[in-house]
Amino acid sequence: MTVDVNKTDGPADSTPPAGPEAIKAVPVRHPGRYVSAAIALALLGSIVYAFAQGKINWGAIPQYFFDDRIIDGVLKTLLLTVLSMVIGIVGGIILAVMRLSKNPVTSSIAWFYIWFFRGTPVLVQLFVWFNLGLVFEYINLGPIYKDYWSSFMTPLLTALLGLGLNEAAYMAEICRAGLLSVDEGQTEASHALGMSHTKTLRRIVIPQAMRVIVPPTGNEVINMLKTTSLVSAVQFADLFKQAQDIGQNAGSTVEMYFLAAAWYLILTSILSVGQYYIERYYARGSTRQLPPTPWQKVKAHVFSLSSRKGVTA
Amino acid sequence: MTAMVKAEGVHKSFGHVEVLKGIDLEVKTGEVFCLIGPSGSGKSTFLRCINHLEKINAGRLYVDGELVGYRQKGDKLYELKDSEVAQKRRDIGMVFQRFNLFPHMTAVENVMEAPIQVKGTSKAQARERALELLERVGLADKAGNYPSQLSGGQQQRVAIARALAMDPKLMLFDEPTSALDPELVGDVLDVMRDLAESGMTMVVVTHEMGFAREVGDSLVFMDGGVVVESGNPRDVLTNPQHERTQSFLSKVL
Repeated sequence: MTVDVNKTDGPADSTPPAGPEAIKAVPVRHPGRYVSAAIALALLGSIVYAFAQGKINWGAIPQYFFDDRIIDGVLKTLLLTVLSMVIGIVGGIILAVMRLSKNPVTSSIAWFYIWFFRGTPVLVQLFVWFNLGLVFEYINLGPIYKDYWSSFMTPLLTALLGLGLNEAAYMAEICRAGLLSVDEGQTEASHALGMSHTKTLRRIVIPQAMRVIVPPTGNEVINMLKTTSLVSAVQFADLFKQAQDIGQNAGSTVEMYFLAAAWYLILTSILSVGQYYIERYYARGSTRQLPPTPWQKVKAHVFSLSSRKGVTA
Repeated sequence: MTAMVKAEGVHKSFGHVEVLKGIDLEVKTGEVFCLIGPSGSGKSTFLRCINHLEKINAGRLYVDGELVGYRQKGDKLYELKDSEVAQKRRDIGMVFQRFNLFPHMTAVENVMEAPIQVKGTSKAQARERALELLERVGLADKAGNYPSQLSGGQQQRVAIARALAMDPKLMLFDEPTSALDPELVGDVLDVMRDLAESGMTMVVVTHEMGFAREVGDSLVFMDGGVVVESGNPRDVLTNPQHERTQSFLSKVL
């Protein structure tokens, strides 16, 4: 069993100094690859050409790209994504613990919740929240708060409830899978040391479950960012709604859709980078050596190209 | 000497399978008590009953004079709350066959965890003590390594240090060397031998007959959920009385 983990990888440094003569053979040709590459490039070119020839006022996109309304929409979209995910994650953890609990009442309630919210489209849920005034005319929280439902249910609150509660159902399943993935021996060892259930969960199980929970959660965040565009339907002024409004007023509907798409793409790309680093953090201890950051990879590449000797991972 | 562990007719079933069929035994304070037997004989299950990782179905089990998992008032038994069970487990260290180190913590953090979380020891104090214990098991230089960077033998020694950090009065070893390369077994047994010499009460489920003979004060041979033979390890191992013990020992020795 090796204890020394100070191992460098990469083929560049593994060539033996004076081994047998290296094989020099004519490599197999792959003419098919050239053909398929040519076809793919031709298709791509024709699509780009079609868009360039289309009656699209490309100039409108940079003109409005940093428009105040668009920036405001971007911020609202981000705010909505973050808050909905917070509701989703907190709710998801609670639901997951409820589902795994030995109490049949709490676990059935959690099951029912997940069944309902996963089984209905989020757009329908949003409309239901928005129009719940038909069921509850007033909202009455005793002495703290009392108001008409329609003035209580602002677009922001509708959007938050709709997206957050729906997300909680998905997060519950992700969290449950994560908690179940931790070896039972860990719980036993922790209990044997005299640690309570809560401490075991918080200090031992959840940190290890995170490795399983984080990647799909990153996916959910990216998904959520895109799903927030649905809330334009309940009059919330997010990025998509702002772009739509500008497009209708300025007579450049399609252009503004492109603009919105570009913004969504930028935001999801930033989120993907963040996800990579969070995953790397929770991987500590599970792999002998942390994977390199993209920046380290680039550096290693450049270095190996220039010197062809040592590759540092 | 008083009894650290006392079992009276302990029964344990998993569903319809009866694993322990009435175990009576006594572990004296300060002794090294070895449990041997074929797999499936119930020896690991019995060990896990001692710190209430498994609930017994019948009989009585005492640790240091106190009932395990229950409180007796008159002739009625009351189940202990989880927090009370946890409280009692503080005094009983356990070492597992598969080490069960916390993989997201370094060696020293593994040892520090329980004193900080359970006893409320300060971080600095816990670290100092953890480093002492790692030194004692010969791993002072591995304090900053994660379990995945340690060999099996090293992981098991960290696990022993982790259990010792709670200053237990009783240590349970569940086949501590069974998952190790033969070459690494010796290091772990050395640590256990040191521990025995320091006067720790130890219950050891093991297949290491050499260790049992050399270090053990008492030995029990279990098969099919009952104690078949017990006595001084040197006597039982060299001159087994029972036929089942003889056939088992002839295969493993």
